[in-house]
Amino acid sequence: MPETRPVSERAALVAALRERSIRMRRDIIEMLAESASGHPGGSLSAVELVAALYFGGYLRYDPANPEWPDRDRFILSKGHGVPVQYAALAEAGFLPREELSTLRRIDSRLQGHPVLGATPGIEASTGSLGQGLSIGLGMALAAQADGKAWRVYVLMGDGECQEGQVWEAALFAGFHQPTNLVAIVDYNRYQLDGAIGDILELEPFAAKWEAMRWQVREIDGHDLDQVLDGLDWAVEQRRPAVLLAHTIKGKGVSFMEGNNAYHGVAPSEDEGIRALAELETAALAGAGNGAAVDRKGDR
Amino acid sequence: MSDLYPGLTLGKATRDAYGEALEQLGREHADVIVLDADLAKSTKSYAFSKAFPDRFTNVGIQEANMVGMAGGLASAGKVPFISSFACFVILKGFDQLRMAVAYPKLNVKVCGSHAGVSVGEDGASQQAIEDIGLACSLPGFVVCCPSDEHVMRAAVKAAYRHDGPVYLRSGRPKVPLVYAGELENFEFGRAHTVREGGDATVIATGLMTGAAVVAHDMLAREGISVRVVDMSTIKPLDEEAVRLAAVETGAIVTAEEHLIHGGLGARVAQAAARLHPVPMEFVGINDTYAESGEPDALLRKYGLTAEDIVAAVRRVLVRRGAVRA
Repeated sequence: MPETRPVSERAALVAALRERSIRMRRDIIEMLAESASGHPGGSLSAVELVAALYFGGYLRYDPANPEWPDRDRFILSKGHGVPVQYAALAEAGFLPREELSTLRRIDSRLQGHPVLGATPGIEASTGSLGQGLSIGLGMALAAQADGKAWRVYVLMGDGECQEGQVWEAALFAGFHQPTNLVAIVDYNRYQLDGAIGDILELEPFAAKWEAMRWQVREIDGHDLDQVLDGLDWAVEQRRPAVLLAHTIKGKGVSFMEGNNAYHGVAPSEDEGIRALAELETAALAGAGNGAAVDRKGDR
Repeated sequence: MSDLYPGLTLGKATRDAYGEALEQLGREHADVIVLDADLAKSTKSYAFSKAFPDRFTNVGIQEANMVGMAGGLASAGKVPFISSFACFVILKGFDQLRMAVAYPKLNVKVCGSHAGVSVGEDGASQQAIEDIGLACSLPGFVVCCPSDEHVMRAAVKAAYRHDGPVYLRSGRPKVPLVYAGELENFEFGRAHTVREGGDATVIATGLMTGAAVVAHDMLAREGISVRVVDMSTIKPLDEEAVRLAAVETGAIVTAEEHLIHGGLGARVAQAAARLHPVPMEFVGINDTYAESGEPDALLRKYGLTAEDIVAAVRRVLVRRGAVRA
């Protein structure tokens, strides 16, 4: 299990995930620039979270057999962020990397939002916000009913937690306490029209989940050590656990970071070139893991 | 006791037949999981909950989450049958039926009970009159509105056999028996001619099929011979039955306990327009909500009785030129 990893192994894992994160960011920028449409901000904010799930030893999967019944399920409830999942699926070997350039094109397997059955490795059709937790909950109940060990991970957006259905599912899970369900919120504090705090504040956010009888931990969603620790902790809970992952929208590309103009607008060709150059520099520096933001005062 | 169906025997409510058939299905198939949104005693999934508590969950009053979870259960290999009032599971769960069931083509069975104005005293908020149209608009959904207890029992079995989303519509009151017993040859998409006739055809669904049979008998006494087709499956529609009705009888009346816009009548008209246009009339609810009242009083007030079908047949025959106004 990840939590028993020796220190040196953890450091190597973090370094490997950092490299993958940079590659995934490049893939995201390239596919969005190529398709000239899509959602960069919320794809980039979730990179470390998705990289850790796919390549940190949490999700058990078989790219050669995407429908392996005992696989863990990952649901991207914030479906507009699907470029980050396509990047992970290419990195994991579910898709040839060249296929990423077909994103959002006619006849492509890479639909603008995730579609079950269209793309190997996609577990649910999402894109109408607020639904992924319910679907994941249904899967978790099925696994539990059959005595199966597989787990369900649901990555949600913060903005989508304004949807009532999220809290229907949270209430249900809190009461029934399935042992195999982990939720993660990509808490980048922005939604399409602006700042969540200006439109419909979620805070006190952790307290809401706690009130629904979830285990809650807040982490820096770009600090891979914290992400790994958080996922280890969430899996150990064996009851509904949610990670509130503080992130930066557009993370990794200087002119996109915290700039909500890139919520749903793809980079131009020129912006794509500049973004890729920045990520190239980050790769050479072996970095790309600046701490998200100091959130210690938030709780 | 309803006096709307002279000559027919009153059977069980289709919701009661649903509950019995579901419990039986649970005995035969371990992968059947049942969810209800706090209306199990009304939808009649309660019998299943007592027989198989480990495979039943009352999710609470949350239809959206129920539909979403059903999608997750189905994608993990279960066969969820979920139920609530038709107006709640279809209308409150509609986006979830779209995203978590229809779009990914998952094997979820939805039963909406208390459909139509025959809910009665509870009033219009509880009376689904839009559900057939909405369910039919979801690509890939089978939509079935059984006319009596025998059809419902057969439809529950067919829903299990069918790999894909199914909507079964049930009702609150006892309804007349259209069939003498268990249907051996039931399948979705196949209409049943329950009375023969050559002057016009009434294509009916749900409890209106019983009313159509009564209308057949009333018209027969006037020398008018009407075919009655029980169109329990509204989608996929048995278009061959519609074509034969048009070609062989030259006039069609549809009858449904639903809005006339977007339901059975609209779908039959679309098929007839393409295959063999003939004069048509539509018995159903005309762009209004109903109200509280005794079920039979509501069926009378909102034009859903055998007499209303008889009047519609007369109108369609006049339009066809078969009789004078």
